[in-house]
Amino acid sequence: MSRYETELGRISAVRGVRGAMLVSMADGLVVAESLMDGVDGRAVAALAASLAGRLARTTAEAGLEAPRVLHLHAERGNLLAVPAAAAELLVVAVTQADANLGLARLEMLDVAQGLG
Amino acid sequence: MRTLEPWVGPPLEHFLAESEARVVLLMTSAGQVVAQHGFTRSLDVMAAAALGAGIVASTTEVARLMDQRGFGALVHQGSEQGMLLSGFDTPRGRWVGLVVFGSETSVGLVQLFWDELVRELVAVAPPETTQAPVLAENFERELNASLHALFGR
Repeated sequence: MSRYETELGRISAVRGVRGAMLVSMADGLVVAESLMDGVDGRAVAALAASLAGRLARTTAEAGLEAPRVLHLHAERGNLLAVPAAAAELLVVAVTQADANLGLARLEMLDVAQGLG
Repeated sequence: MRTLEPWVGPPLEHFLAESEARVVLLMTSAGQVVAQHGFTRSLDVMAAAALGAGIVASTTEVARLMDQRGFGALVHQGSEQGMLLSGFDTPRGRWVGLVVFGSETSVGLVQLFWDELVRELVAVAPPETTQAPVLAENFERELNASLHALFGR
């Protein structure tokens, strides 16, 4: 198991998390993943990277700092994304609606910091 | 966007809207253009079609030497633009797609919606019909009709 996969395993172990990924911000490609069946990692990676890139541009245009955490709240779950700026990677997690989001965010920020 | 086959239009429009690709060329494996978006000169289309079909033919042969069925897609990433080249089977035979994209999108997004485009094209493609041979007296008329459809002139 690679170092990245070990790090992602910490996020995936949080209750309600269906999977975690490291995504190349510029390419929208999966670098490493730890996903449950039924999660299309390739699609999530491409769309999450696109979303993160657009939001980063939006906040820059508004004169704000780049977002530290993106949280997309959907009816049946959540998408969390944390940019690791120095490494140009995005830590992404897909969760169920009842997931422990606070712990998931903490683990994601920690992983992102470790990559920085 | 211009197409020779009307059923190609809606899936291709959807792909262009979602992927934000700059240039798209759909052609048969022989290099005959089926649809194009983003080209302004017919000469560029002809050159790109011939080169794209040639590259796919070459990589398919390399895959065969490696006992592989074929490569799904070939991606060249430049500093400002990238290119995706992919061959795929349809009920109308083997087609090749060439997509040029810029920094406003990503290779992951282009690949994602490219796969969706291929699935949609395969689903809506009418079965191949036997076409009448192109006779010499009809050749120029048919060529002009194709050029008009692809370039509006």
